[in-house]
This record gives sequence, structure tokens and C-alpha cells, in this order.
Amino acid sequence: MSAGAPAVLAQGLTKRFNSFTAVDHLDLGIEKGEIAGFIGPNGAGKSTTIRMLCGLLHPSEGRASVAGFDVDRQPEAVREHIGYMSQKFSLYGDLTVRENLLFFGGIYRVPRQSFEERMRFAISMAGLEGRENALVRTLAGGWKQRLALGCAILHRPPILFLDEPTSGVEPEARRRFWDLIHELAAQEVTILVSTHYMDEAEYCNRISLIDRGRLIASGTPSELRARRLGGDLFEISCAPLGAAVKVLTGAPGVVEAAIFGDKLHVVLGSGGLGAADLPGFLGRHGIQAGPARRVTPSLEDVFVQLVSGGQKQRSAT
Amino acid sequence: MNLRRTFAMAYKEALQIWRDPRSLAIALLMPLMQLVLLGYGVSLDIKHVPLCVFDQENSQQSRAVVDRFVSSDWFSISHTINRQSGIGYALDRGDCIAALVIPADFSRRLSTVGAAPVQAVFDATDVNTTNVALGYAQGAVAQANAQIAAQWAASQGVLPSLVGQVDLEPSTWFNETLESRNFIIPGVVAVILSLVGAELTSLTISREWERGTMEQLISTPVTPLEVMLGKLTPYFAIGFFDAGFCLVSAVYWFRVPFRGNIGTLLATTALFIVVVLGIGYLISARIRSQLGASQIALLVTMLPATLLSGFTFPLDQMPALVRAISLAVYARYYVTILRSVFLKGSGLYDLWAPLLGLSIYAVAVIWLAARALHKRLD
Repeated sequence: MSAGAPAVLAQGLTKRFNSFTAVDHLDLGIEKGEIAGFIGPNGAGKSTTIRMLCGLLHPSEGRASVAGFDVDRQPEAVREHIGYMSQKFSLYGDLTVRENLLFFGGIYRVPRQSFEERMRFAISMAGLEGRENALVRTLAGGWKQRLALGCAILHRPPILFLDEPTSGVEPEARRRFWDLIHELAAQEVTILVSTHYMDEAEYCNRISLIDRGRLIASGTPSELRARRLGGDLFEISCAPLGAAVKVLTGAPGVVEAAIFGDKLHVVLGSGGLGAADLPGFLGRHGIQAGPARRVTPSLEDVFVQLVSGGQKQRSAT
Repeated sequence: MNLRRTFAMAYKEALQIWRDPRSLAIALLMPLMQLVLLGYGVSLDIKHVPLCVFDQENSQQSRAVVDRFVSSDWFSISHTINRQSGIGYALDRGDCIAALVIPADFSRRLSTVGAAPVQAVFDATDVNTTNVALGYAQGAVAQANAQIAAQWAASQGVLPSLVGQVDLEPSTWFNETLESRNFIIPGVVAVILSLVGAELTSLTISREWERGTMEQLISTPVTPLEVMLGKLTPYFAIGFFDAGFCLVSAVYWFRVPFRGNIGTLLATTALFIVVVLGIGYLISARIRSQLGASQIALLVTMLPATLLSGFTFPLDQMPALVRAISLAVYARYYVTILRSVFLKGSGLYDLWAPLLGLSIYAVAVIWLAARALHKRLD
């Protein structure tokens, strides 16, 4: 790996399955030691992108390099430098915790003198002390995921690809998992992690929002929150919510109106309606509304706005 | 190729086999079941042909003829009857395959005319059995004739040895007792090993695809050659164990004479196991479901191994086209080798032709199998 080069670089990366385009001209750059988050709904193309970066799928178009090696032409060199956790749990359920670690340690040729110590580290990291001889299929989800992470980092790879590592794992275990990811990043490991939990985006250094195979935004979480909405965000309680969205969409000064839980989130630009005008405006249309309250936008707000913006753009063309 | 990775692969695979009841059953129970079924079920010997006897005279001389029929193992009397119509009935019901009728004036005609007819009726539905039984009947009658001639000569005061006779002294080599078991059992061993070997390895890769563990495995630097060698190593041990079990049973249970060299037997068996395991592995790498792979393995090994290996049906009696096809059936080479080593005591030099066939197969299969795994999902 040459110094200074990005750990992961993709240019125009595209994957088509017959007529379906799963990943559509994706550009990506991840610096060493970063935690890069891949955020998007299920089916957005996150797994396909990660699989191309691991050399498991041929890109249909474009190119990508990992640790300085071309993923399509030098997949074996790429595999020497990465750890990968696939979306579906893929350790051997009929082997014990220790046997799985022994296997992957052997496959990655972990130096013998440090093997025992690294196994102990992986076991304690996964919180599996005392359960070394339990069959892996008998473990609960959170332990399985942490053990899979332990297996993926046994050989100390400089780059780690984690595909939805926390899906189906209870919140407490998810927290623990992210703590582990931060500990690894502190040791200069570059990590690309995908998730469909918006709240997890906040744990990343940089995030890429992906929808329908396209990169729709990227930046640090705070950058995205600040610059992407195109106005200030207000929260308002009103009923019925559906009618309120209809009335507000396209009204002067309203950039975006969307249902957010049991409330309405409205982005107001300059000129047109102000925050104080909202209850009255809605009331004139027969909608009961409380006062509007200014809120700090969450990444979910940003994502909703970006996705609906993208849809408008697409339907316009 | 890296030894440590290969070893890690082999150790993992061995653990998985050990913990998988289905693999263990195929490895240990299938050979036993097949050995019992095929070893006892397939026999080309015709013995104890059920014979129905209608002796209308029931004299000392007529009983002597009947005795000739049953004194060998060839015929067994299923029952005796006392009406002509009983013959048709017994044959219809399948109580007997042959019926022997001795006329009421048998001994009188023998002493006055010097010749007396006996009638033998056969159920010729199964042509092979009938032909053999017919031969047995002619043999029995010839013996009875010789006995009568000797008695006549003695009564005339002539020494029996002075009566001119031509004797055929047949000498059968290699399978002196003409037991079809000696010929069948080595073939059974070959069929069992083809089947069990391919069934075992046909699951090894498809199982990883089905369980999703393959995606993790191919993301590591392990090479397709290391995967193949690692996975085949424990199966080779199992295959060798099964071969040993079958061969020892052939010698000590089925009492097939073993005249060859143990080294020759083990070396050729090892070569054959490599071929069958490799075939199963190739199928497994191509078919991603366990069920599909297992059925294809059954299809491509079972039928050719039983029909075209010369195991029961002699290859040199087949039409030229079928004989040409049988050259592609690797089991036939091992069948030939086993029979020669067991019965003739052949050495490697005598076996060069089937050995060449088997070696070409082994090289081709391993060459293909080492490249069979693509470390890609598309």
C-alpha cells in the first residue's frame, strides 16, 4: 500500500444483474483510519458494492482499488489486506468458538507465536470467555456477530468491510459492537460499515447515503445535517397528518414536508411562510395544528429529503 | 500452495464430517448395507433348481435315475406327484422349474429294448436358467447311463474299464470352483466405492454454498487448490477405510480367494479413490444445492458403475458402441484390476492397461477439480 493513497477508492463503480442496475456509477474515497458508513434502505446496493470491493463480484463498469490493489484484476492481493463480515452470518455453526478461530487463523496464516494471544483477544472481545467450546450455532445473535468480527480481524487486516453487522441484533449489543468498531479505528484500521439503521450513521466519521444504487450524498454527519436541507427544520403536531403533507407540499416557502413519527417535519426556506404562520395556514385548510418548534435535523430527515428530491428529479426527466 | 492453510481446511472438514450424521451414515453405513445387498443379492450361480418328480414306476432302477438328479446340488425335489396333469399345475404355479417324468415300463424297456426314455419338462420363461438346468439334466442322464453301462458290463463279465470311453477332463483356472461369487464380489467392492466416494464429496462444496459459509471462505486468500486438497484429505481417509472394510469382508466373509500382492491392491485402490472423490468434488463445485449434487452424483456413478463396468454384464459381449462408451466408465478399470489381483494374482505390470485408464482419469479429474472452485459470487 503506497503512503497517502486512500484505503478504498471507487470510480464509476457499476454492477448490473441483467437489466437491473444494483450499483450505478458510484464514486467513493475512504481515507486510512476512517470509519465510513454506508447508509441506505434494504436493496440500495450496499452489499453489492461491498462485495465488489472484496473482489467477490466483477464490476460491470468502472473500477475500484482497495489497499492500492485493483479489485477486479488483483482480487487475491486485495483479500490479503481485508477482513470481511458478510451480511448473512457465515461462520461454521457446527464448529465451536475456538474451532472457528483456529480455522480462520490457519487460513489467514496468523503467525504462530501471536496466535494464542490473538485468539484470547478475539474471545474476550466477543465476551465469550468460558464458552470457547460451545458450538457456534447455539450462540445468540450479538455473540455470533462479535465472534464473526473477531474472526475477521484475527490477521490484523488494515481494511475491514462489515456488511450490516448489527442487523437483527438487540440495541444493547449494537452499542457494544460500535464500541468495538471505534476501538479498532483507534488502531488505524480503516472500516467500511453498512447499515440501514439511521441512528448508527452518527457513529461514523463519514457517511455515504445510498439509494437505488446511487450515491446521493456524502460527508461527515454534521456536514450533511447542516447543508443538505436547504432551510430550517420545524416540528409541528397536527392532525390529520396525511392531509397536512398534501397541503404543505408546494406551498410558498415550504421546501419539504414529511411525516416523522406522529408529528410533521417541515423544512422552510426563505420567503413565503414563516414558522409562526404554519398553525394558521394549516387551520385555514381545516387542519388542527399546535405551534411549530424548531428542531435539529437528524440524518433521517436529511435522507428523506434527499431521496424524495432524487425522485422528483427522476420523474421530471 | 500453503500447507498450513491446507491443513486448516482439512481439520475443519474432518470436524464437520464427524458432527454431521448424514455424512457419517454415508461413510460408514452405506458400504455395509450395499455389501450385504449386492454381495448376497447378486448371484449368477444356479443351484438347487426346484424339480418336480413323477416316477410312474418307482422301481430300484427308476429311483437310481432320480438319485442322479438330486445327488448333486443342481436339483432339489420340490415335490413328487402321481398324475400327469400335476406337472402342468406345478409349472404354472412356479412350484418347480423342471419336471422329471419316468414311464411305468422304464426298467422293462431298459432290459428288453436296451433303451428307455425319460421326459424332462422345463419352464423356459427364464432362458438362462433353463439352459443351465438343461445342461445339468443332460449331465445327470449321462451319469445314469454310465452307471447302467457299467452294471451291464459287469453282468456280462466284462471289466468296465475295457468298455471304450472318451472323457473330457475340463480344467478351469483362476476360479476353479466356478463360483460366481468370486467374480461378483470384487465388482461389488468397486461399485460400492464409486458410489460412496462420489456421494461423500458431492456435498462438501454445495453445503458451504447452502449455509452461506462459502462467501466468507472465498473472501480469504485461500486458493482453490488448497480448498480441494484440504477438503479431499479427510474423505480420502474415509474412502480408504471403506475400501479396507469391503476388501477384508471380501476375503474373510465372502471367502473370495486373494492371490495377489497387498501393495498392488492398496496402490490401485488409492488411485481409484482419488478418481471417485474427485468426481464427487467436481459435481459439488458445479451444483450449488446439496440435494441436486447428491442426486447427480448418484446418477453419474450408480448407473455406469453397475451396467457398464463389467461388474455383472460382460463387456466383451456388448455391441461395439456400448463397449466404446464403457471406456469412459472409470469403474470398469478398477473392476478389472480387482478381479485380476484377487483371482489371478496379477502384478502392476500385468495390469498396465486398466492402470493407464485409471491414471488418465485421476490426472484429468484432479486437474479439473483443482480449478473447479471460482472465488466469485457471479
